[in-house]
Amino acid sequence: MDSQTTYNYKVVRQFAVMTVVWGIVGMLVGVFIAAELVWPQLSMDLPWFHFGRLRPLHTNAVIFAFGGSALFATSYYVVQRTCQTRLFASGLAAFTFWGWMLVIVLAAISFPLGITTSKEYAELEWPIDILITVVWVSYAVVFFGTIVKRKVKHIYVANWFYGAYILTIAVLHLVNSAAVPVSLTKSYSAYPGAIDAMVQWWYGHNAVGFFLTAGFLGMMYYFVPKQAGRPVYSYRLSVVHFWALISTYMWAGPHHLHYTALPMWAQSVGMVFSLILLAPSWGGMINGIMTLSGAWHKLRDDPILKFLIVSLSFYGMSTFEGPMMAIKTVNALSHYTDWTIGHVHSGALGWVAMVSIGSVYFLIPKLFGREQMYSVRLIDWHFWMSTIGVVLYIVSMWISGVMQGLMWRAVNSDGTLTYSFVESLQAMYPFYFVRFLGGALFLSGMFLMAYNVIKTVSGARAFNAPVPQSA
Amino acid sequence: MVDSEFEFTSNFWNIWIIVLTVGNILACWWLVRWTSKPTAGEAATGDITGHTWDEGTLAEYNNPLPRWWLWLFYITMIFSAIYLALYPGLGTFRGLLNWTQQGQYDQEIQAAQEKYGPLFEKYAAQPIATVAGDPEALKIGQRLFLNYCASCHGSDAGGSPGFPSLKDGDWLYGGEPDTIKLSILDGRTGAMPAWGAVLNDQGVDEVAAYVISLSGRDADAAKVAAGKTHFASYCAACHGADGKGNTAMGAPNLTDNIWLYGGSPGVIQQTIANGRNGRMPSHRDFLGEDKAHLLAAYIYSLSNQ
Repeated sequence: MDSQTTYNYKVVRQFAVMTVVWGIVGMLVGVFIAAELVWPQLSMDLPWFHFGRLRPLHTNAVIFAFGGSALFATSYYVVQRTCQTRLFASGLAAFTFWGWMLVIVLAAISFPLGITTSKEYAELEWPIDILITVVWVSYAVVFFGTIVKRKVKHIYVANWFYGAYILTIAVLHLVNSAAVPVSLTKSYSAYPGAIDAMVQWWYGHNAVGFFLTAGFLGMMYYFVPKQAGRPVYSYRLSVVHFWALISTYMWAGPHHLHYTALPMWAQSVGMVFSLILLAPSWGGMINGIMTLSGAWHKLRDDPILKFLIVSLSFYGMSTFEGPMMAIKTVNALSHYTDWTIGHVHSGALGWVAMVSIGSVYFLIPKLFGREQMYSVRLIDWHFWMSTIGVVLYIVSMWISGVMQGLMWRAVNSDGTLTYSFVESLQAMYPFYFVRFLGGALFLSGMFLMAYNVIKTVSGARAFNAPVPQSA
Repeated sequence: MVDSEFEFTSNFWNIWIIVLTVGNILACWWLVRWTSKPTAGEAATGDITGHTWDEGTLAEYNNPLPRWWLWLFYITMIFSAIYLALYPGLGTFRGLLNWTQQGQYDQEIQAAQEKYGPLFEKYAAQPIATVAGDPEALKIGQRLFLNYCASCHGSDAGGSPGFPSLKDGDWLYGGEPDTIKLSILDGRTGAMPAWGAVLNDQGVDEVAAYVISLSGRDADAAKVAAGKTHFASYCAACHGADGKGNTAMGAPNLTDNIWLYGGSPGVIQQTIANGRNGRMPSHRDFLGEDKAHLLAAYIYSLSNQ
């Protein structure tokens, strides 16, 4: 019965389930490498388990496998339902699922083997880059094809954000991955020196801005009002913060290269646009949280809503922290320290993971014809484990990072450095352990989620909602 | 020099950057102004806009932009305009403060030089051996050592394979105060050629036996005898006929049972067969004469109490 009369939930189901699977895998690798920093002997002196090889596996798995699956699942769901039409080109949509899974598996094989371009968040070698391009173009065709054949006049705000994320990631990926291959597993960047660094961070920061922000704002704009049962707080605000966000994010990359060989004008421009970015970022947070105004009581007994709203709080916090860290004077202290790691994780765990988890809890029952998840209590447990896990993580990294920065710059009365590097490393040990605990707690929550999903899905039949046939 | 930081390959890119930067900030300003005002025919403030999605379950209020948020937006834009007027950011425009990062670096280095320079100059004027007897100077020297030398030579200066111990009185290039200082300032390159192809496995084995016997350890007498012949033809040129080494070229003394790369038969064979390349980097530009002087005194003090 896969005719035009039902929504295509199949591909959504596949991606939604894989979101949970890759979440566990990616975070497990993260917890493992966090443990390696406390107990280095865990690598067993085997190159495949070395921190340097597993770290890109962790970042790619959580961003592109976990986050990516969540974005595919929700964007396919949202675009159909808000356009009131079945997904365009279902075959192509199926291809994006299997293609994306293949990319992830190839990443999981090639990183431990040490095959890498060494460009952060773009470590995959050129043959995989080409596969990503093909999958991504197919994704764009499916998404925008669905927009084109929509049955409603106006394009819903969530789709603006999803659309911006899909288009921009295509451009970023193509430009940054340009390389000269020398063998199947080795290539060299097409750009020299400082230009390469600039292109890399233009990509790197916009991967944060468009993959991890715009995409997930799209998610927020659908699942928050749906779960709250309230209209979006302000249409106007969504217009301003959308355009301001996508135009200013583009410039923020150079703040990763303060006080380097990058020309000074680029550093300054990167800094001011990072600051201007504060208000547009907060626009999304305000619009999400204020959507709940008048229905605050729902937060008390709806753990899905808790996930969504707390994710917005972390989003607001890390998008305040980001612009502050982009100020040169602050950056001089924070750069190269654990503070950066803490900042990234307040965004990645607090915002990206929590909004995804909330959305998947919303989706799973709908995709399998259930009233609700097997256990709402377990969602609540999951919520508290995640929240405490994130807080442990980011607080330990704040303290450790600021301490590192201060130790590195401390000088004696004779002008010599007060601490050798090893002393700062020793001082970080207790915080590395707390970070490991925080991560482990967050990961344990994911196992609860997997259990809850299995119980919800088992015995249930795949459900495909009908497309309303109104004019 | 500093000018290169302002150069563009052509003036087009200079203008391009200025137009895009200013244009984007102005566009944000205009966007905020434009959306703050109600447009004709739209829903009243605080009402639903009238559009719905997803079977009527999704709608939007036409609420105004929060005032405090607007102010936040304006403040960041005004700050940016002021910053770009003061600091380099708009293409080749240098900014009113004429600030450069190279300039800031030079200033900080100069300030540090003025503050700490006299202290180091005081010690630089004294002979290294004298400085090595000054407890205050040694403390400074140790701090320098922990930051710049310890990563290779170890925090106790005891060395590790490939990196000599600096406290055992055994010197590759000589332990005179000025020689130590020279090693720090200009670095050293210690190259031992590979002899595997010349000697073959058996020859390598024999030379290794002879080398082991030099420091009074037991080795197969027949091999030692054969190895001695090889040693005279291939090794003596650098390590000396008696194997006591040559500090002029950094050839180690092979008779004192102190080993740079390890003294087990296997490692010695490896060293002979494949050669070794040791490299101590130069610190002349990085630390300068006066700090190297203090460091040399500290290192000298380790084996000359």
